[in-house]
Amino acid sequence: MLRLENISFEVENEKEILKDVNLTIEKGKFIAITGPNGGGKSTLARIISGVLKPTKGKITFYGEDITDLSITERAQRGISFGFQQPVRFKGITVHDLVNIAKGEDLSVMEASHYLSEVGLCAKDYINRELNDGLSGGEIKRIEIATIIARNTKLSIFDEPEAGIDLWSFNHLIDIFMKMHQSKENSIVIISHQERILDVADEIIAMVDGAIVKRGAKESVLPELLHCEDPKNCLNCHDILEA
Amino acid sequence: MNDIAKKLLKEVSGLDEMPKGAYNIRENSKSVARQSSENIEIVSKEDKSGIDIIVKPDTKSENVFIPALVSCSGVHDLVYNDFFIGENADITIIAGCGVSTGDSCDGSEHNGIHRFFLGKNSKVRYVEKHIGEGTGTGKRVIDPVTEVIQEEGSYMEMETTQIKGVDSTRRFTTAKLKDGAKLVIKEKLMTHGEQFAESKFEVDMDGEDSSVNLISRSVARDYSRQTFISKINGNTRCMGHSECDAIIMDHGVVSAIPEITANSLDATLIHEAAIGKIAGDQMIKLMTLGLTEGEAEAKIIDGFLN
Ligand SMILES: Nc1ncnc2c1ncn2[C@@H]1O[C@H](COP(=O)(O)OP(=O)(O)O)[C@@H](O)[C@H]1O
Ligand SMILES: [Mg+2]
Repeated sequence: MLRLENISFEVENEKEILKDVNLTIEKGKFIAITGPNGGGKSTLARIISGVLKPTKGKITFYGEDITDLSITERAQRGISFGFQQPVRFKGITVHDLVNIAKGEDLSVMEASHYLSEVGLCAKDYINRELNDGLSGGEIKRIEIATIIARNTKLSIFDEPEAGIDLWSFNHLIDIFMKMHQSKENSIVIISHQERILDVADEIIAMVDGAIVKRGAKESVLPELLHCEDPKNCLNCHDILEA
Repeated sequence: MNDIAKKLLKEVSGLDEMPKGAYNIRENSKSVARQSSENIEIVSKEDKSGIDIIVKPDTKSENVFIPALVSCSGVHDLVYNDFFIGENADITIIAGCGVSTGDSCDGSEHNGIHRFFLGKNSKVRYVEKHIGEGTGTGKRVIDPVTEVIQEEGSYMEMETTQIKGVDSTRRFTTAKLKDGAKLVIKEKLMTHGEQFAESKFEVDMDGEDSSVNLISRSVARDYSRQTFISKINGNTRCMGHSECDAIIMDHGVVSAIPEITANSLDATLIHEAAIGKIAGDQMIKLMTLGLTEGEAEAKIIDGFLN
C-alpha cells in the first residue's frame, strides 16, 4: 500500500539524513519504528507525509506515485501524521482542530468522543485554545485525538508516548489496538516504548538514516542494540527509554 | 433609514430592528432614533453635536446601543458622547461605526469623542465594531478618541474590532484609574490594501491595586501599515500588562512602540510584543489535516482574530 523506493534525504552540507531507504507497508499492518535518537525516524515520517521532499527516490501509495504530491494532496489521499512536537495556535480551539481534522463541523458531543478516547475530560478541554496554556502532555493527546478522528488509510504517530502518564498510556495502546482491528488501515508508530513494540505486527529499526533490521521484536532488538538479551539488559533498557 | 444604513446597522451592532431598552442611532451626523429606559437616560448635548448617556446607580445587566452610521459620501461627522455610569451599575454598551461611501470618489469621515465616567464599583463592557464599505476611491476615515475615568473599584472592558474596509484610523485612548480600578482592552484589527491604522494608548494607574491589561491582535496584509503605541504609567502599587501580537503578510508593516514607566517601587509593568509572519509549522500542521494552503491561512487568521 505504501512503498518507498531508494529514498534519500540530503541537506546542504552533503549530510545524508536518510540513506537509500526501501520500505513497504502493507494494508492493515501495525508497524513500530524504533532506534536511537537522531536515527532519522521523524525525517522518514515527514518524507511520507510530504512535509519534506526526498532528494532521491520514489513514494507510491495504493499504486499512485505521490512523490510530487503536496502535503494537502497526501492528506486527502489518506495519510495522517501526528507530530512528535505538536503545534500551538493562538485563538484556535480544541473543538476547531477536531473539526478541521474530521473535515466537518462536529457537535460538542461528537468532538468530545475523540478527547475522551485519549483520556482528556472533554468538557474541560473542548473550548480551550491550543495555546501555551496547555501542557506538553495535553497538547500531545489532542494531537493524537485529531489523527484518530481522521481515521485514514495510514496513520503515523511520532513518539505518541511522550508526556503521557502510564494510565493513559495503557489506554492509548488499547486505542491503537482498536484502530488496528479493522485491518483496513495501517498504523505506523515511532516509539521507544517496549509496550508498543510488543503489540506491533513488525518492528523496523533505524540507525544513522538507514533501516538496519525489520521483523519480529525478538529478532530486531538484539540487532539494534548489539546485545544478545536486551530484555534483561539494563543498558539496553536505558537506551530504549532514552 | 435606507438599505445601506440598515445593512451597516446590522453589521456594526447585530440589530435587525430597534432594540429593547435604551438606544440612540446616529445617521449622517443626526440622531435618527432614540429611546431612554427607566435606568438609562439619553439626552442631546446643548452646546455641541452628541449625547449624554446617564446610567442610574445600581442599574443591572442592561444594554445600551449607540451605533453611528455614515451611509453616503462627503460626510464629515464629529460627535461627542459622554457616559456617566452610576455607582454599582453593571451595563453593556454596544457602540460601533459603519461608514459607507458607495461608488463615490468623495471620502467620508466619522470622528467620535467618547468620555466614560465610571462611578465607584461600576462595571462596563464596551463593544465597538468599525466597518467600512464602498467600491469608489473615496477614503473612509474613522478617528476615535476615548477618555476613561475610573473611580474606586470600577471595571471597564473595551472590545474593539476593525476588520478591513477602513482606509485610515487613528485611535487615541486615555485612561485614569483610581484605587482597585481595573481596565481591560481587547483590540482586534485587520488592515489590507494601502490602509493605515494607528492605535495609541495612554494609561495612568494612580490608585493602589489598580490594573490594566491591554491585548492587541492584528493582521496587516498587502501594503497596509499599523502602529501601536502603548504608554502605561504605574504611579503606585499596581499591575500593568500590554501585549501586542501581530501577523504580517505580503508587504504589511507593523510597529509596536511600548513605553512603560514605573513611578513607584510597587508598580509591576510588563510589555510583550510579537510580530511575524504565520508560523510555517502552523501551516504544515493544518495541511497535514487536509486543508489547502489558502484554507490553512484563513483558519489561522480567523482564529487569531477570533
Ligand atoms: N533539515 C535538517 N537539516 C539538518 N539536519 C537535520 C534536518 N532534519 C533533521 N536533521 C538531523 O537528522 C538527524 C535525524 O533526525 P530525526 O529524523 O529527527 O531523528 P529521530 O526522529 O530518529 O530522532 C538528526 O541528526 C538531525 O539533527
Ligand atoms: Mg524524532
